[in-house]
Amino acid sequence: MTDAPKPVGGNGNGPKSAYFLSHADQAIERRTLAVLVDNEPGVLARVVGLFSGRGYNIDSLTVAEVDASQHRSRITIVTQGTAHILEQIEAQLLRIVPVAEVIDITNSKTGIERELALVKVAGTGEKRVEALRIAEIFRAHVIDTTNESFIFEVTGASEKLTQFVDLMRPLGLVEVSRTGVLSIKRGKEKG
Amino acid sequence: MTTKTKAKPASEATAPRMMTGAQIVVEALREQGVSVMFGYPGGAVLPIYDALYGQDAIRHILVRHEQGAGHAAEGYARSTGKCGVALVTSGPGATNMVTPITDALMDSIPMVVITGQVPTHLIGTDAFQECDTTGITRSCAKHNYLVTDVTQLARIIHEAFYVATTGRPGPVVIDIPKDIQFATGPYIGKDGIFKPTYVPQRIPKTDAIKAAAELMTKAWRPLFYTGGGVINSGPRASEKLRELQELTGFPVTSTLMGLGAFPASHPDWLGMLGMHGSFEANNAMHDCDLMICVGARFDDRVTGRIDAFSPKSRKIHIDIDASSINKIVRVDVPVVADCAEALDALITEIKALKRKIPDLSAWRDQIDTWRARRCFTYANSAEVIKPQYAVERLYALTKDRNTYITTEVGQHQMWAAQFYHFEEPNRWMTSGGLGTMGYGLPAAVGVQSAHPDALVIDIAGEASIQMMMQELSTAVQHKLPVKVFILNNEWMGMVRQWQELLHGERYSHSYSESLPDFVMLAKALGGHGIRCDKPEDLDARILEMIDHPGPVLFDCRVERAENCLPMIPSGSAHNQMILGEITGNEVGEAGRKLV
Ligand SMILES: Cc1ncc(C[n+]2csc(CCOP(=O)(O)OP(=O)(O)O)c2C)c(N)n1
Ligand SMILES: [Mg+2]
Repeated sequence: MTDAPKPVGGNGNGPKSAYFLSHADQAIERRTLAVLVDNEPGVLARVVGLFSGRGYNIDSLTVAEVDASQHRSRITIVTQGTAHILEQIEAQLLRIVPVAEVIDITNSKTGIERELALVKVAGTGEKRVEALRIAEIFRAHVIDTTNESFIFEVTGASEKLTQFVDLMRPLGLVEVSRTGVLSIKRGKEKG
Repeated sequence: MTTKTKAKPASEATAPRMMTGAQIVVEALREQGVSVMFGYPGGAVLPIYDALYGQDAIRHILVRHEQGAGHAAEGYARSTGKCGVALVTSGPGATNMVTPITDALMDSIPMVVITGQVPTHLIGTDAFQECDTTGITRSCAKHNYLVTDVTQLARIIHEAFYVATTGRPGPVVIDIPKDIQFATGPYIGKDGIFKPTYVPQRIPKTDAIKAAAELMTKAWRPLFYTGGGVINSGPRASEKLRELQELTGFPVTSTLMGLGAFPASHPDWLGMLGMHGSFEANNAMHDCDLMICVGARFDDRVTGRIDAFSPKSRKIHIDIDASSINKIVRVDVPVVADCAEALDALITEIKALKRKIPDLSAWRDQIDTWRARRCFTYANSAEVIKPQYAVERLYALTKDRNTYITTEVGQHQMWAAQFYHFEEPNRWMTSGGLGTMGYGLPAAVGVQSAHPDALVIDIAGEASIQMMMQELSTAVQHKLPVKVFILNNEWMGMVRQWQELLHGERYSHSYSESLPDFVMLAKALGGHGIRCDKPEDLDARILEMIDHPGPVLFDCRVERAENCLPMIPSGSAHNQMILGEITGNEVGEAGRKLV
């Protein structure tokens, strides 16, 4: 959140008070946020606790240390809310003492989101062949196989993964494990 | 724990002094300038208590309940602007601190709470008096630490003070396992403590100040809406507020938390705003064309009905906590900064503009018509003491002294806010955000310990006072001559009032049955008891209270069924105040569901 003032007009002739805008925009948006934190004990609990305590949604969450020397971890959170709530989420995250930075991946032109899924499919005959054919189209790797089953490893945007899983369903889908969304920005810059 | 301190330059580096964890605690507190702390011992903090034994740099005030230690630390902090410190044991000691920690978070009070913890190797085993203190306090403290390495202890304590006192202040908890208190480690001084992920923005951005000054020099119906942030920022913020007000001539209102930042005797003072605020303040909020919010947070007790809140105004919001801005109410000019810095920058900018500020006389006239309603008028009585009269007399008889006021929570708190007037910051301590009954007496203990010669009065209710009553014994032990002025209406008056307003006068469990004899109770605890039930005796009895050299419990018997007015019922707009009498039909179905 920045404190750059919004444009305001003079003696009541300019645009209406921003106050009236607060109810205009109630559409629910989905947003991916990368949260860079000091990797200290309890930091994940603080972030998760903020969401549960203030009634915000978490669609997915991933976390791992990304810079051991600087003790930095990166948490990627996919959340939903109105524009106003999403603005609050960012501001509230920044209040947490060990949170260094919050990056809005969704609204960044260079943001990339990826997810990985492990998908177990069991079947024989036609269905087994069809599963393998679709896996190829999705560039999924087979990481385990028996006479009656495969485990596919597939990466990509979340929607692509969901589509893949849906296609496997009639072909003997047994179970799915997904990482949740990871995020990074294109180009040579950091952050 | 990870190291985040900036390394000292080699030239300065000398071999650190080695000491036990317990000694590190005491040494770090001493270096932080702590001269008074509040606490209660137990198994998991015995090494720290041992390190406190026989030293006289830090005065330890032994309370009677850990909650008392927390509120005392809050009172100390609010009356001095310094960080309050409390020390309690593990398990029940820590859980008893949860209320004051939350209270300090809500009201942005700097406080460091040290809790003992079971030894590291027992953590997670459900050991005797083990509780997950950092887990329990994570959402109610600004930050917390579990110390697992004695070499980090000194740094953590200094960092805790830094976090508690900077930015938007708040409570910080340090949980120290007993083995860490015994272990030997290096003492590290407070210089150079720096946390890269925590950098409060104190200085406002120039474009924000320019935009704010632009609006302020063109407004016809401007209003300062100030809050606790002005007090928390330090005395300089109050000075700058007065300076900016003098420069602009704008009227000023304040939240409950901000009382004293602007002098109540000033002709442009409108009184407190909000649910029990003045008619003129609330109407000015509703009708202003420019609202300059300084260190306040648009709390629901202040805004009333949000979609009818100040519909015609542009809004400038100065706050050091960016998340407070646009949280409840959309503003036109957000200014993330320390109040004093922002006010100072505004003064400079407005002076530089050299603009003629619009003539405010029409606005002043309008305000005067609201003032003329004299919204705090009450029907006085020659037979019974009206609670408003009691506070008026208390004010008249104590205002020229060096007085500090604390309160409990309820009608008496609001009457105190309405009828006791403050000229200076840091003189008024009340639990605003959490509304904690039981706050006032321990807070008064904390205030008195910081100002031994001052007159410290807790304006109390007979129900609230029973929540932390035992702290009178603390006051007796430590020779802290606090005065507890109970507006005894025999009811949880505020609850009774809401039941009258919202529940058809069905007074469920709000009568204070089996009240103690407060005069005898005062005696039993080693204090002095006074009772008064006649208006004509009141002055003499108040003077007796003031003159008594020790702690006093004053049982002031007041009108039982008095309502606290004016009032904006929850869910109503600022210009829909109840002024005269409650009829029971003021609040609709939706409003009844609000708190
Ligand atoms: C710890 C706590 N419990 C309950 C409440 C709810 N509450 C608010 S005011 C009040 C009654 C206070 O009665 P009293 O202290 O006699 O004050 P009065 O309103 O009569 O002046 C209650 C129960 C509270 N604020 N704090
Ligand atoms: Mg009462």
